Amino acid sequence: MTTKAELTKLYNRGKKRKLLAISFVFLAVIITIIVSVSYGAGSPRLPEAFQVILSRTFPFLNLDPGSALAQTIIWDIRLPRIVLALIAGAGLAAAGVTMQGVLRNPLVSSYVLGISAAAGFGAALAIVFGIGVLSFLGGYLVIGNAFIFCLFAMIIVYSIARIRGMSSETVILAGVAVGFLFSALLSLIQYISPQDKAVSAIVFWLLGGLYSATWDKILICLPIVAMTMVLMMTQSWNINIMSMGEDVATSLGVNSKRVLTINMLLETIATASIIAFTGIIGFVDLIAPHIARMLLGSDHRYLIPCSIGVGAFMLLASDTVARLIIMPTELPVGIITSLLGVPFFIYLLTSKRRKTFG
Amino acid sequence: MKLTINQLSFSYAAIPILKNIELEVGLGEMLSIVGPNGSGKSTLLKCINRILKTKQKTVLIDGQDANKLTIKQLSMLMGYVPQSSTSTFPFTVFDVVLMGRKPYIHWNIGERDNEIVAEMLDLLGIGHLAMRHFNELSGGEQQKVIIARALAQQPKLLLLDEPTSSLDIKHQLEILCMLKSLALSKERSVIVSMHDLNLASRFSDRMLMLKDGCIYASGTPEKVVNAENIEAIYGIKANVSTSFVGKPQVTPLLNEADYFLNGKLSPLIEQKH
Repeated sequence: MTTKAELTKLYNRGKKRKLLAISFVFLAVIITIIVSVSYGAGSPRLPEAFQVILSRTFPFLNLDPGSALAQTIIWDIRLPRIVLALIAGAGLAAAGVTMQGVLRNPLVSSYVLGISAAAGFGAALAIVFGIGVLSFLGGYLVIGNAFIFCLFAMIIVYSIARIRGMSSETVILAGVAVGFLFSALLSLIQYISPQDKAVSAIVFWLLGGLYSATWDKILICLPIVAMTMVLMMTQSWNINIMSMGEDVATSLGVNSKRVLTINMLLETIATASIIAFTGIIGFVDLIAPHIARMLLGSDHRYLIPCSIGVGAFMLLASDTVARLIIMPTELPVGIITSLLGVPFFIYLLTSKRRKTFG
Repeated sequence: MKLTINQLSFSYAAIPILKNIELEVGLGEMLSIVGPNGSGKSTLLKCINRILKTKQKTVLIDGQDANKLTIKQLSMLMGYVPQSSTSTFPFTVFDVVLMGRKPYIHWNIGERDNEIVAEMLDLLGIGHLAMRHFNELSGGEQQKVIIARALAQQPKLLLLDEPTSSLDIKHQLEILCMLKSLALSKERSVIVSMHDLNLASRFSDRMLMLKDGCIYASGTPEKVVNAENIEAIYGIKANVSTSFVGKPQVTPLLNEADYFLNGKLSPLIEQKH
């Protein structure tokens, strides 16, 4: 018979292993950052990059910032792009893992919930007609429109699901339906659009990418995404318990409808504030949670931080490859995410790691 | 803690499931609910635990309306074991039992929570499964894990929905003995829905027999389990004798000709030949 002390020891060992897995993932993120900042169009490599970053971060040290060209390439081009990739990957993965958890469905992503399609429609509307709900934003017209339509889609999905008692099935079905609606509207806009230029702009936006990253955008995006991620982590216990079903959640004192609503809201805000800036980046929110689950199991207290790390790593690594593979031009990041991510995921799925994946 | 059910009725949409249920369960009692499929056993348990919402003042705890409590407060008083449990995502047994501590914890689990989980695993004899994945266990083992989780809530009342239906006879007895001893400890009451009349009569202090959402009979097993009641609610003739341990024992009587030769199966059998 196992004694209490032994049990506690076993549990603590498991906890240590989880923390180790998380540290491992974040180490991979840091290495990827270093590689990404050191390579790309233009000559600056790691030493110059360090020089620029150090002198810019700690201006009071009066370090030599290096040449103006190196400063521009590192500080204004590569770094914002890296930071945006990290934010986007982290935020999308966090949204994916929490929604898969509360909806108890491993296939859930922003595509399934109609958010991506709605963002695409909002962006297309702004591109073709210049119609913006927030037209006073000027340059941010497309971004604002995509964001607003994400929220709009969420409200429709929520209202439909609400009528049928907020079960996970109704949320998913309503999401799929709303997604199809916005896809159809998006196709309609592309079809009737008078200019070819606008259509190709829409296609370009839909492919998604991090090429347009600037510090200004990061300043808007980062606080929102960071805040939603922290709030999602506070939901860890509730999400764990939701995994056992709604009846059991109730009997354990968890109001599953409220948890579902809170998480839908958080997920939509996080996803919307990312894809409004980057265009539609898929796959990360679906797969990063699964990779994290394989690494350390389903306890959301550890799973959410781990997914965040995996998502950040996946998107930054893919974007770095997308940037470097056919220099001086580049591939859309979405293509690389899937091309690299799918084989890796299939490897994890088929390798004998039964212990860590149910 | 004393549970009182007062004129409880419940309908799904417009279909009435429970009608005018009256019931009292005192501390240390083990009550079993029996009745045919669809007679409202599960619904009654869910109403008590407010998984299904009921009218004001139909479920009373120590005389106080349970609807006035938050579901968190309620979860510290009652533990619920559903008919079957699966987890969508893989959790270890330890994690599943730890979920029972949810009403008491916010973010970090304390030493005390760990201890209680270990205690419950030990109590149910499943300590060796602690790091196994819940979904990989057998039905009997899963049932014990879920009971351990309910006990980790430190409830005064334990509600179990057909906990023995999918188990072999050894596991059935293990679980019922364990529930009985929990009730005998006088620290909590146990309400359990069951199909097996013999096990129900053997282990419960009182029985509640439901038919079409109404109480058909209630009282001691000797009073409830008799040939007339069984025929009335199941439509089955039965002989009720006194078992080896002195409890009512049911042997269904079949007119075998009805079931095997003249029943609906016979045309199919003929076709086959």
